[in-house]
Amino acid sequence: MTQPLLSIEGLKTHFKTDDGMIHAVDGVDLAIQRGETLGVVGESGCGKTVTAMTVMKLVAMPPGKIVAGRILWQGRDLVPLGPDEMRSIRAKEIAIIFQEPMTSLNPVYSVGEQIAEVIRLHEGLGQRAALEKTIEMLKLVHISNPERRVHDYPHQFSGGMRQRVMIAMALSCRPKLLIADEPTTALDVTIQGEILALLHELVADSGMALLMISHDLGVMARMVARLLVMYGGTVVESGPTAAVFARRAHPYTRGLYAARPRLGTPTVDGRKPRLVTIPGRVPELIDLPSGCPFADRCAWVVDACRAAPPPPVPVEPGHAARCIRLDAVEASA
Amino acid sequence: MSGSTPASPTVNATTGPAREPKPVSLGMEAWRRFRRHRLALAGAIILGLMALGVVLGPWIWPVPINEIDFTARLQGPSLSHPFGTDDLGQDLLARMIYGGRISLAVGVVAMLIAVIVGVVIGAVSGISRGSIDAALMWVADLFLSLPQLPLLLLVIYLFRDSLKKYIGAEAGIFILIVVVIGIFRWMPVARLVRAQFLSLREKEFVEAARALGASTTRQVVRHILPNALGPVIVAATIDVAAAIIFESTLSFLGLGFPPDIPSWGRLLYDAKDHLDVAMHWALFPGGAIFLTVLSITYLGDGLRDALDPRRVM
Amino acid sequence: MGQYLLRQFLIIIPKVIGISIVLFTVLALAPGDPFEELATNPAVPPEVRANLRAQFGLDDPVAVRYVRWSTAMAKGDWGFSFASRINVDELIMQRLPTTLAVIGSSLVIALVIALVVGIYAATRPYSIFDQIASTFALVGFALPTFFTGIVFILIFSIWLDWLPFVYRADITATGWRWWWEQLRQMIMPVMVLALFQGASWTRYVRSAVLDVIRLDYVTTARSKGLAERTVILKHVVRNALIPVVTIIALQMPTVFGGAIVTEQIFRVPGIGSLLISAILANDTPVIMAVTFVLSILVILCNLFADITYVWLDPRIAYR
Repeated sequence: MTQPLLSIEGLKTHFKTDDGMIHAVDGVDLAIQRGETLGVVGESGCGKTVTAMTVMKLVAMPPGKIVAGRILWQGRDLVPLGPDEMRSIRAKEIAIIFQEPMTSLNPVYSVGEQIAEVIRLHEGLGQRAALEKTIEMLKLVHISNPERRVHDYPHQFSGGMRQRVMIAMALSCRPKLLIADEPTTALDVTIQGEILALLHELVADSGMALLMISHDLGVMARMVARLLVMYGGTVVESGPTAAVFARRAHPYTRGLYAARPRLGTPTVDGRKPRLVTIPGRVPELIDLPSGCPFADRCAWVVDACRAAPPPPVPVEPGHAARCIRLDAVEASA
Repeated sequence: MSGSTPASPTVNATTGPAREPKPVSLGMEAWRRFRRHRLALAGAIILGLMALGVVLGPWIWPVPINEIDFTARLQGPSLSHPFGTDDLGQDLLARMIYGGRISLAVGVVAMLIAVIVGVVIGAVSGISRGSIDAALMWVADLFLSLPQLPLLLLVIYLFRDSLKKYIGAEAGIFILIVVVIGIFRWMPVARLVRAQFLSLREKEFVEAARALGASTTRQVVRHILPNALGPVIVAATIDVAAAIIFESTLSFLGLGFPPDIPSWGRLLYDAKDHLDVAMHWALFPGGAIFLTVLSITYLGDGLRDALDPRRVM
Repeated sequence: MGQYLLRQFLIIIPKVIGISIVLFTVLALAPGDPFEELATNPAVPPEVRANLRAQFGLDDPVAVRYVRWSTAMAKGDWGFSFASRINVDELIMQRLPTTLAVIGSSLVIALVIALVVGIYAATRPYSIFDQIASTFALVGFALPTFFTGIVFILIFSIWLDWLPFVYRADITATGWRWWWEQLRQMIMPVMVLALFQGASWTRYVRSAVLDVIRLDYVTTARSKGLAERTVILKHVVRNALIPVVTIIALQMPTVFGGAIVTEQIFRVPGIGSLLISAILANDTPVIMAVTFVLSILVILCNLFADITYVWLDPRIAYR
């Protein structure tokens, strides 16, 4: 088995606050192979963004701390690395694009300058060569008139175009892994489709790996071959995307899937049925219950669930879920 | 939970550990936040003590401020004169207490004038749009570009004599100072209030009040002004400090209160030529001004943190 | 961008007019005859007195007086100082450079202090350095300039006898020695002003940097692999300076006020001390002219701040 590009083992990132210790990421295992597309799906507050930021070591380390685990990048553990060593990995090996294109670019520098900056840093090119490369990147993300637009400022671009600029910036040094943290959540629905298509095209053409984070199951279906479902700081189910959607082994996955708003739902007794939800609320990450984090909201819960965190149980080859009641869940489908 | 269909047909709606937020009024919340600011608390206490000392002073320390005693000239602090004496043998503690009352009075009255003028102009500006608003803000800008001290000096120079004739030297200068200081400090308050108006005018609860038939005045007083209260209070504390500094500066330049009134600035003016032999004479009033302004500034900081609901502690 | 600057420049003209109206109104409202002094002062030749009365048109309607006064000011005819017995504009020109030198150097020093201390403190919030810096900022701000000036004189002139505390405009020395003596006598007034302003600006810089440092684009900059130092100096500082410049510009009137006090304490022969001595001598033309000059200086500083603003923030010019 080839060494995965990125392998996260038992990662725990906690935040110290006045109100207590927040267990944002509480035991995450993840592996991405070269050129693979992997998705992480879950509600707000489940720890998916913090996981991504921890990989990049972009988490603010005074309140935050990696308390356990390893992040193996091509076999090398990133956790003990200092800021200087991380700098040669960021953007050059692993790049990240964020959720809010409107605020992710520095308003006082031109977009060209912001892209050229990273090219000059990692590729060692001079001003002119970097500018040319920048224009090429803008063309790659389908920004029209790139020679002129390269000198424009972020406020002169729309949200969708700014996200394209971010993508251009992230890809400019040909990283091996692109982390996309909810890249289309803040965009209009029509633009969402365009950006996703662009990402899909670029990832396929370049052969780089993609770690896609989203709360939108539809996005996952389009973009990633494997899917991880996160809840309460841990991965509760992982497997090929199609398989996860089909089997919905974990109760949470089942609930998430059922909660999708669907167009064209048939009316019942002349009225449209109410939207499906999962009863209860996401647990406070400060006092996570011992045992399975989903226990309080789960329809199949038994006492053993609360005793200890469930280990990953295989559902089929390459597909596992952290639940001791998988048979019961399957049976009641 | 009402209104939702559970994901699975057999679930009992066991909700998670439901933490109901305790109901807390805005005032209590502000006080709680303020309490966490130790320095602001210290500032408030010091100010309180000083105010108390200055108000009750003459009863606790009934020494006259202008009792000349040449045998006790330029003495350092002692039991009979805890703050020492000046070159005429006058007791400095008594003089400082008197000066403190002046500073307090000037600070508070000037602040009130600035706040009242500022709130009125800001409210008028915020409610009426278009040309009135633009004109008022242009005037505010103008006032902001005026060099305050020179203008203050100019006004005092021009009006001092006639005021002295009509209402007496002390009262005359007092009125002159507080009015001019007040006139120079209304602009920030007006801008704050106007900003509140502009942002709240269109907000839903004002619309609701309007729909219920509330008159414009009622809308203003009951709904909009209370929201502007926080920043205005903070600005007001800064105004008190600024007024005290202005008054001391004027007196220090010899252009404030008449020479026999021992305001803190005046004490420094008298003391500055005797630094080598009687530095206590300068250090006490200077220290008092410093302590007052410092306490007010810390207090203002604490208030700003406590009253601004957007700040996360 | 040129269009924006032109617009700013044009706005100045009504402001200058506005200020002159305010000044003149104050003068006109003043009871009594500001030129009483003239009638009794034998040093003033009668023609000058008559001229001044005509210039200020004391018996004419207010509007006419204003027009006459303002045209005279615009033409550079600022009147005659009876205390010093020369034309006011000459007097002011003699003393203006000193004031500008003192204020100018104190502003530069204050800015350097504020930027260095403020940025460093903001990048290490709640550390020892930050706490000391914040305390220094608050304390410096609460110490009025006249008190600091006195304390400085006490320490440096009286106790240590390192620096002279009376400014002499006529130092009899040449070359290096002249510069050294100049430095020795300027350093206290400049530092008093610089520390006072620097203290309050440090708070603003620190607060602005803290606000900017948690914004998304700073995280983006870090994610590109830039060194933390580059992130701060290139990406954060420029954005943080924008609100700081605004606040500094608003404080210009206070700076000039502080200069007046410092000039008094250290007897620096600038226009600040000129104002005070003119007031004590009832020398009205000088008072009016100095106040006017100070107002113009404040406006020029604001214009300079506007230009800096546009240079810092490219969004401004497009509005």
